[in-house]
Amino acid sequence: MKEVLSFLLPWEFSPAAFALCVGAVAWYAHRIATLPAAQRPGFGRRASFVAGWAAIYFVMQTHFDYLSQHMFFIHRIQHLALHHLGPFLVALALPLPMPAPLRGLARMKIARLAWRALQNWAVAPILFVGLIYLWLTPSIHFDAMLSAPLYRLMNWSMLLDGLLFWGLMLDPRPRRDGALIGFGLRIWLVLLAIPPQIAIGSYIALSQHDLFDVYAVCGRAWGIAAMDDQAIGGIVTWIPAAMMHVVAALILISRWMRFDQGSTPRRAWSAS
Amino acid sequence: MVRFLRLVLIFFLAACTHADGGWKAKDISGLMPDLELSMTEAPARPVTAADYRGKIALVFFGYTSCPDVCPTTLVRLAQALRAMPDHGAGARVLFVTVDPSRDTPERLARYVSAFGDGVVGLRGTPEAIDRLTRRYRVSYSLGQPDAKGDYEVSHSSGVFVFDAQGRARLLVRPDDRPADIAADLERLERG
Repeated sequence: MKEVLSFLLPWEFSPAAFALCVGAVAWYAHRIATLPAAQRPGFGRRASFVAGWAAIYFVMQTHFDYLSQHMFFIHRIQHLALHHLGPFLVALALPLPMPAPLRGLARMKIARLAWRALQNWAVAPILFVGLIYLWLTPSIHFDAMLSAPLYRLMNWSMLLDGLLFWGLMLDPRPRRDGALIGFGLRIWLVLLAIPPQIAIGSYIALSQHDLFDVYAVCGRAWGIAAMDDQAIGGIVTWIPAAMMHVVAALILISRWMRFDQGSTPRRAWSAS
Repeated sequence: MVRFLRLVLIFFLAACTHADGGWKAKDISGLMPDLELSMTEAPARPVTAADYRGKIALVFFGYTSCPDVCPTTLVRLAQALRAMPDHGAGARVLFVTVDPSRDTPERLARYVSAFGDGVVGLRGTPEAIDRLTRRYRVSYSLGQPDAKGDYEVSHSSGVFVFDAQGRARLLVRPDDRPADIAADLERLERG
């Protein structure tokens, strides 16, 4: 029991990660408590939101982070949670209430320009796939695992991009109700992001060389053959990631069909 | 924040151009913090990083019962020191044990003396060891003891090289050759 509790303590405490995860859930709980019962989102959406932030918190702010720094396949699970699973679950709870500081930011011209530059059909999928390739470039990966600031930059870039990408893709609204991209194109985009991830995941899993020797140089968390670690890590990059995109496409298809049958959109949170 | 952005910029420029500065070992300038430790040099001399200022320090983590990586690495480092023009007078290999319960001060001192004058053994409390391994983002773990009570220790294989001012400069990998290591150390000594 004591071991479990000490495992749940942060390895490297990050005030920003702590504030983001705890703050998001606290804000959400507060907003739900102030809504009339009839307007509250269903249990599934609430559970999905909390589970998403819990997954992000777990991989960033427990000793799971220590294991991620010293075992390639655990690092891949960490990125799966930061870039896919966590943001995916959070985005399933859309639409979400917007805290006042974010609303203020959304009114600033520069923020709106940046938003439009990132959140479109051309840039978003390239950024999503590009970040995976960037941080898995062996020389860059090596440095990121040595340097504490680069390591934080790596994980934060994955998390923020995951939130942007899945927030854009899993918007429950059709285009006519305000989504930035229509359902049809979004289905194409989530599916088109699959082959590059299969390519890099299978390349790593099937490679006969130790591509990421930083784990040998700095020591693995426990005794495991380097090639086994790398093969499992490649499979994590390849299969669960691709599956999540298929799930996203199925969700989008079912939402699209529902709207075509004249269903009403999810009620947005009141601006108050 | 400015320092951080500068680091990021340098890092991506270096990544794009593959500039390695001509070092044989991996250049880690700016990636890792300066040398800082508080331990005992076997058999019984309390030391901090300041005691090694003015010399190049090669920090390597291991344990004396290690069957392969530690002795071969220490032999290679000792060869590299001997190959230098000053026969390694300006450098010290700091062999930090991660298994202090078996590596008594005497045992550690006897072990490192087999590799020559340039190699010293460092031993610390478990907290001091953990501070150092955490600082340089390396890991070690003690395996399950067998019937005789022997156990293996999995640990890092890289050697962190600090210049005379205690700044992290190079990371020597297990497959770097002694002649290449000597050439890098010589260049580091020249400044």
